[in-house]
Amino acid sequence: MNLDRIILLVSLFVATAVLIVLPFQLGRYGLYILSMWAVMAIGAIGLNLTLGYAGQVSLAQGAFVGIGAYSAAILTTNHWPMSVAVLVAIALCFAVGWILGYPALRVQHHYLAFVTLAFSTLAYLVFRNEEWLTKGIYGISDVPRPVLLGFKMQSPLRFYFLCLASLGIVTLLVGWLIRSPWGRAFVALRENPIRALSLGIDTRRYTLMAFAIGSALGGVCGALYAPLVEFIDPTPFTLGLSLNLLMMVIVGGAGFFAGPFLGAAISVLLPEWLRFTEGYYLLIYAVFVMGLLIYSPTGLLGILDKYLTARSTKKASAARASATATFGAQS
Amino acid sequence: MKKVLQVSGVTKRFGGITAVGGVSFDVFEGEILGIIGPNGCGKSTLFNCILGQLMPNEGSVKLDGRDVTGMRPCDLNRLGVSRTFQLLQVFPQLTVRENLILSGQEHQGSMAGRLFGRRDAGLGAEADKMIGFFNLGHLAGEKAGGLSYGQQKLLDAAMAFMAGPRLVLLDEPAGGVNLTMLESLKERLRAINAEQGATFVVIEHNMEFVMSLCTRVLVLAEGRVLAMGTPAEVRANPEVVEAYLGH
Ligand SMILES: Nc1ncnc2c1ncn2[C@@H]1O[C@H](COP(=O)(O)OP(=O)(O)OP(=O)(O)O)[C@@H](O)[C@H]1O
Ligand SMILES: [Mg+2]
Repeated sequence: MNLDRIILLVSLFVATAVLIVLPFQLGRYGLYILSMWAVMAIGAIGLNLTLGYAGQVSLAQGAFVGIGAYSAAILTTNHWPMSVAVLVAIALCFAVGWILGYPALRVQHHYLAFVTLAFSTLAYLVFRNEEWLTKGIYGISDVPRPVLLGFKMQSPLRFYFLCLASLGIVTLLVGWLIRSPWGRAFVALRENPIRALSLGIDTRRYTLMAFAIGSALGGVCGALYAPLVEFIDPTPFTLGLSLNLLMMVIVGGAGFFAGPFLGAAISVLLPEWLRFTEGYYLLIYAVFVMGLLIYSPTGLLGILDKYLTARSTKKASAARASATATFGAQS
Repeated sequence: MKKVLQVSGVTKRFGGITAVGGVSFDVFEGEILGIIGPNGCGKSTLFNCILGQLMPNEGSVKLDGRDVTGMRPCDLNRLGVSRTFQLLQVFPQLTVRENLILSGQEHQGSMAGRLFGRRDAGLGAEADKMIGFFNLGHLAGEKAGGLSYGQQKLLDAAMAFMAGPRLVLLDEPAGGVNLTMLESLKERLRAINAEQGATFVVIEHNMEFVMSLCTRVLVLAEGRVLAMGTPAEVRANPEVVEAYLGH
């Protein structure tokens, strides 16, 4: 256990160092990709909370990214500061996510997937058709990048660090949430809602909370996405984005804290690495995901977890064996 | 004696089947009431009607004289009523200790308070005490899913006691538990009953367990009350012998 902790801390340190040092070596495009990873990881962390921890299937995370992105784009192009835009995105997505949680009180699993899928489609139609608000298919261009404490975040490098810092804050907050009694209640909700209810856990409120918080993080993701790409139209916010975010969570390992980071990295970076294969990258990605999920339905971190569990079980049974031996010698 | 629970005329039908048909009984403070009866006679369904998992078609359930029929299980639990289920119901991905903390945390403060409060909701010491009490000390940090069936069964029971309940309904706590563990379970139940004055209702097929633990026994047959009395009275009742004990 102790060794695992050290390995974890060291790899965490290395990853952070890389994320801070690497960008200085990267060009404009590399920074864009890395920023995209950080932004998508935030959205995936939100979905991981709803799906991975609380066990509520959602095919609507992309819609919340859209709501967040449009909130930010509309407000900042109307000269509101970015901070206000982010707060509005969070509040709006939290409220809409809470409402979307209600169906989850009645239906579960694939039925819930259908309900959230319908919501996803609805959101897309609003983005496309409500031209007075969203400018429809023409989109909103020149979404400004924010000014923070007097510093303009215009350059790709600065904006990258803003995304990274946001990811850091989200990571700390969600990590703390997961380890609080709420996190335990979310897991209980996922594993056995009936027993949870009989232990005094208000599963209704926790379900709604799981949806609301997860969706709010989708909003944060969107609010950063808009100034990152600097142009917003409805096309990115189709069901495809929701599926992509779902893929990130599942490939990384749903219910594992590090899952979304890994999943987002694979989903955002893999297409870049596989660029040389030209048109075949989607095919390769699809085959990779299928293979992975057949081999390990709990994702990449599921493999690691299995290995660690096997090791600790071995250790435990060895300890038990030696304990029995001493006991036998004594009696 | 004070009535903790009053069940009157509870009826539950599933389509054409009447699983529970007009069952009435009272549970007095501090007693251990056993419920026995053949498979499928409606014992678990009766529990589910009392505890809000199912809404009875007819009848009412009162706790301390207050009508709680159809109240949500989580609200009922916070009034000091807890239960176990017939099938094992622990949270396999949480550790033994976390299972226990979870079982008591919702009784502490408000939901917001729990978010900003302590990670163990102030229940760490209580959980460790319970772990010691049920002899699960060496397993505290293990995931519950990795425990043996009997150990999980003990944990399951321990979880029901975490919040210091006044009334506990146990659905076949001894099912699948070996003899030594059975004795220790019985001992634990007696101790909690004596020390904390908790009232128990226990469904059990193990006659020896019921007859030695319970102060009164209720016999159900085909969804109805067949007999009610002390273990000795029930054992001597010819109808009971015919319907249940005599095989
Ligand atoms: N959800 C349900 N839907 C339909 N019928 C049900 C349902 N639950 C129970 N029943 C029926 O109600 C009757 C009583 O079942 P119950 O589980 O209460 O019996 P039990 O006394 O607990 O039996 P056992 O000793 O085997 O646990 C059975 O005939 C069962 O088939
Ligand atoms: Mg039963």
